[in-house]
Amino acid sequence: MQISEAWLRTYVNPPLSTQELVAQLTMAGLEVDAVTPAAADFSGVVVGEVLSMQQHPDADRLRVCQVNVGDNEPLQIVCGASNVRVGLKIPAALVGAVLPGDFKIKKSKLRGEDSFGMLCSEKELGLASSAEGLMELAADAPIGTDIRDYLALNDNIIEVDLTPNRADCLSVEGIAREVAVLNQLNFATPALVTINEQHQDTLTVSVTDKTACPRYLGRLIKGINPRATTPIWLKERLRRAGIRSLGPVIDVTNYVLIELGQPLHAFDAAKLHGNISVRWAKMGEKLTLLNDQTITLDTESLCIADENQILALAGVMGGSASAVSEQTQDIFLECAFFTPLSIAGKARKFGLHTDSSHRFERGVDPFLQERAIQRATQLIVEIAGGNVGAISAVTDPSTLPDRSAVKLRRQQITKILGITPADSEVIAIFQRLGMQVFSDAEGWQITPPGCRFDIAIEADLLEELARIIGYNNLPMRSLLMHSSLGYAPEAKLTLDRVKDLLVVRGYQEAITYSFVDEDIQKLIDPEQIFVRLQNPISSELSIMRTTLWCGLLRAALYNTNRQQSRVRLFETGLRFIKPHGELLQQKSVAGLALGSVTTEQWGEATRKVDFYDVKADIAALFDLTACGVKYQPGQHSALHPGQTAQILSSTDEAIGWVGMLHPTLEKQLGFDSPVFLFELDQDILLNRKIPVFTTLSKFPSVRRDMALIVDDAVTANSLVACINNCAEPTLQEVCVFDIYRGKGVAKGNKSVALSLILQNSSQTLTESEIDVIFNRLLETLNVKLSARLRD
Amino acid sequence: MSASLENILAQALQQLSDVTDLNQLDHVRVQYLGKKGVFTLQMKELGKLDPEQRRSLGQLINDAKDQFQSKLDALKIALDEAALAARLSGEKIDVTLPGRGQAVAGLHPVTITLRRINQIFASVGFTVVEGPEIEDDYHNFEALNIPAHHPARAMHDTFYFDTHTVLRTHTSPVQIRVMESEAPPLKVIAPGRVYRCDSDITHTPMFHQVEGFLVDTDVSFADLKGVVYEFLRAFFEKDIQVRFRPSYFPFTEPSAEVDIECVMCQGAGCRVCSHTGWLEVMGCGMIHPEVFKAVRISSETYSGFAFGMGVERLAMLRYGINDLRLFFENDLKFLSQFK
Repeated sequence: MQISEAWLRTYVNPPLSTQELVAQLTMAGLEVDAVTPAAADFSGVVVGEVLSMQQHPDADRLRVCQVNVGDNEPLQIVCGASNVRVGLKIPAALVGAVLPGDFKIKKSKLRGEDSFGMLCSEKELGLASSAEGLMELAADAPIGTDIRDYLALNDNIIEVDLTPNRADCLSVEGIAREVAVLNQLNFATPALVTINEQHQDTLTVSVTDKTACPRYLGRLIKGINPRATTPIWLKERLRRAGIRSLGPVIDVTNYVLIELGQPLHAFDAAKLHGNISVRWAKMGEKLTLLNDQTITLDTESLCIADENQILALAGVMGGSASAVSEQTQDIFLECAFFTPLSIAGKARKFGLHTDSSHRFERGVDPFLQERAIQRATQLIVEIAGGNVGAISAVTDPSTLPDRSAVKLRRQQITKILGITPADSEVIAIFQRLGMQVFSDAEGWQITPPGCRFDIAIEADLLEELARIIGYNNLPMRSLLMHSSLGYAPEAKLTLDRVKDLLVVRGYQEAITYSFVDEDIQKLIDPEQIFVRLQNPISSELSIMRTTLWCGLLRAALYNTNRQQSRVRLFETGLRFIKPHGELLQQKSVAGLALGSVTTEQWGEATRKVDFYDVKADIAALFDLTACGVKYQPGQHSALHPGQTAQILSSTDEAIGWVGMLHPTLEKQLGFDSPVFLFELDQDILLNRKIPVFTTLSKFPSVRRDMALIVDDAVTANSLVACINNCAEPTLQEVCVFDIYRGKGVAKGNKSVALSLILQNSSQTLTESEIDVIFNRLLETLNVKLSARLRD
Repeated sequence: MSASLENILAQALQQLSDVTDLNQLDHVRVQYLGKKGVFTLQMKELGKLDPEQRRSLGQLINDAKDQFQSKLDALKIALDEAALAARLSGEKIDVTLPGRGQAVAGLHPVTITLRRINQIFASVGFTVVEGPEIEDDYHNFEALNIPAHHPARAMHDTFYFDTHTVLRTHTSPVQIRVMESEAPPLKVIAPGRVYRCDSDITHTPMFHQVEGFLVDTDVSFADLKGVVYEFLRAFFEKDIQVRFRPSYFPFTEPSAEVDIECVMCQGAGCRVCSHTGWLEVMGCGMIHPEVFKAVRISSETYSGFAFGMGVERLAMLRYGINDLRLFFENDLKFLSQFK
């Protein structure tokens, strides 16, 4: 909402500079977004009158005018505008004038004729973005007066960004009320002159749903002058409010909208058929709006109709069929109160947003309609004449918004705001806000005015009090509250620890969008059921990720396309899956690595990252939790079938995956080297074993190595598991330290070298004891996995 | 001393003087002092003599042995020192060459910022709670006093899955979820991703917020002001100007926007603060009685405040980042600036 500062100051004029005034508004919750001059800088332009004019001897389109600018002698000025005529009053830029854009006016010759200035259009004065001819001033404009004074251009446009609760400030009067309260001043409204009724013709108005429209007023004004023009002062105030002039009737309805905050609409009475009804539309009824958009209504659209057709979408916009035009002589002026609920969302449904819908949605003063229609009538008659008819009114007091008293307790002011103002201060603030205040034992009973839709409970009054006193004048204190010591849960690893470890292992944290490209997700995770956004921002961000890999792969590509040959990224966040039809928002941690295993370094041969490098990074995470996990060969659509491990917890819960991106996908996505990926379920990953101390053995440990020949299909893991399953009490550790295929080992077999660390807690193990243990383990390995000792 | 003993000593010393390394030195030591060494054998010979002679000759042998031993010790020290010096000069390296191994990467600036926020609030006992990102209409709007068609819904450009399911537009639903399940006193912060259907130079469809709230008996606006003020000064590590401006949020009342003195121009006015000298950094207010009603907490017994802030915005101000979109492009050249 934007208004003229000068207009505002006609209501209330505190001794504040413009900067102080807007700062005051901002700090009272009416945030001022911008202050701009009402007109660009210019000087040396006065009101002039064309006394005579002659055709230029050498130019068809130019006229040589004698212009009275208030001096003894008229000035000769050459003019090319089509609307120049004798007797017209216009802005005349004198020699020495400077127009917007630093355009200096000098004495000149136009095709041989002297010209001592320039007659100006609105565009040339910077008052409009386009103009068809000279700016036409009123007949009574005083000749010789500086145009800036005449048009009161030394003014500012104040743009206020109002919050949705402050509909009462969507008018000059509303903002004036605030300014008056803040400065403890009174404010004056323009005098309202009630025009006497001159005829009794009316249209009958019926309202079918009085809950939606508790009040509807309408009156016929007949015989207005279709050639009347809007006075410049009114046009200027509208212009500064950001509204274009569209003829006197529409200008007046817009003017009253800005002045009082009440939307009005005028129909061309000659285009109406029979009586008026306010009703819900029937399914499928059509309406062509003033903006030429044709909308199809449904039963939730409140509208104004005559006996033939829908005339307007109530509270939003009128229809073109009944619109006022340049020929209109009789109008039906309507002024209604529609409840916020009946209008809310209706404009948006049709892609509309109007000054009217904006106000009705938020709440228009339900007691304002009579005053507004009288004010509009007064202005229309003053400008365009006309005979005023009686007002047809339909009002249902029972459905008008309730403005009952709200209790404010002294003790709550202290409790919530931390202050104890004097009673007189509280009363004065609310009275200036237009509220009725009655004192009672605990505090006050306060009744808000009709324009305040935001005062219904005590908290609303507390906010008003805080706002007017000023938030920055309220006290501030350091926190005092109940407190108890926090927890330090040890059975859960923190996600921060996981992130820190990954960072130390060279993974950079990324954050990617939770919505992803459907095509990429279908390539990576085709089996998963995903959820789709109804209104995505683009098709590339249209479905919720079922795996964090979608975003990481994209981020990796972004970097490989920018000369990064080595990328290591990780991300934490939710993935959205429907494992059993029910949506599951699962916390994940995922990572990606491609390129060389470390950054290029001197003295070491570079090599590409491989499965085991990434597996070591994951293993490091699990080492932090001390919870053992199992890696078993698995199949995942995104991963290389021979380099994929599914990770299971010790109780066989699925934790996640690690593997190489499938070479087909690697190529399809546009990578030129292998990519390794992992993704883990945070909830299981973060489970942590609280350490339980075991006594240290005082006796030496011994190491025995065994090289086993096994079938290629036997995994290292199964060998280690087989040994561990023997539950040998002296066995402390098993470790694979070599895998060998080739000379000396038959094809289809491999040699796996294991080290065993043995230690007894009560005595030193003897060679013969060790041999017994070794042989027992070997025998089990032989029975279970056909493993035999390598010669 | 007998002539033969003198000869032995002279010969031994001569041999020592010819020694050039520790191996030769040891060889000479064994030759004279070992089990079958020359001096050792001399001592063994003494047993055959009578006690008188044994004593005087023994003395002589010992003297000779001592002379040899001290020369040998001195020589060993010299040779040890020379060997160490040779090793040290041979092992000299260029210590300016870089170290090897995995280089440390970094955290995302949003995470770094979130951690600092969490840390500041944790220091006075706020706990961190997270909530779902796909949220129902009730928790995202209704329970927060934003009924259908409320004009405030237009301020949230909401992503929908169906009429009742949305991507949360703020982290405030966590406030509802906590208050539904836990009784006051409560002091919680809820960081996380939020979503708005909006994308241009200054908006990304996803960003991060931290919601914080505190509920107890006798919590006032003065407490809210104190917490916000102290937080901002802690976050920017600066004695920064803070102001509270009345605003509107359906779920708080009184509501405030919080401005800080522009950290780019120290309040003088610049492009970042649109020449106002102030930067809007968070919204806050006293929890609305309707919200308490929705979670069945008595607004007569309890009061509370809530605040919410945009993490990217704070990160941009803290680190001077000039483009919001950089946060989600994941360009390593950008990310690696933060550790």
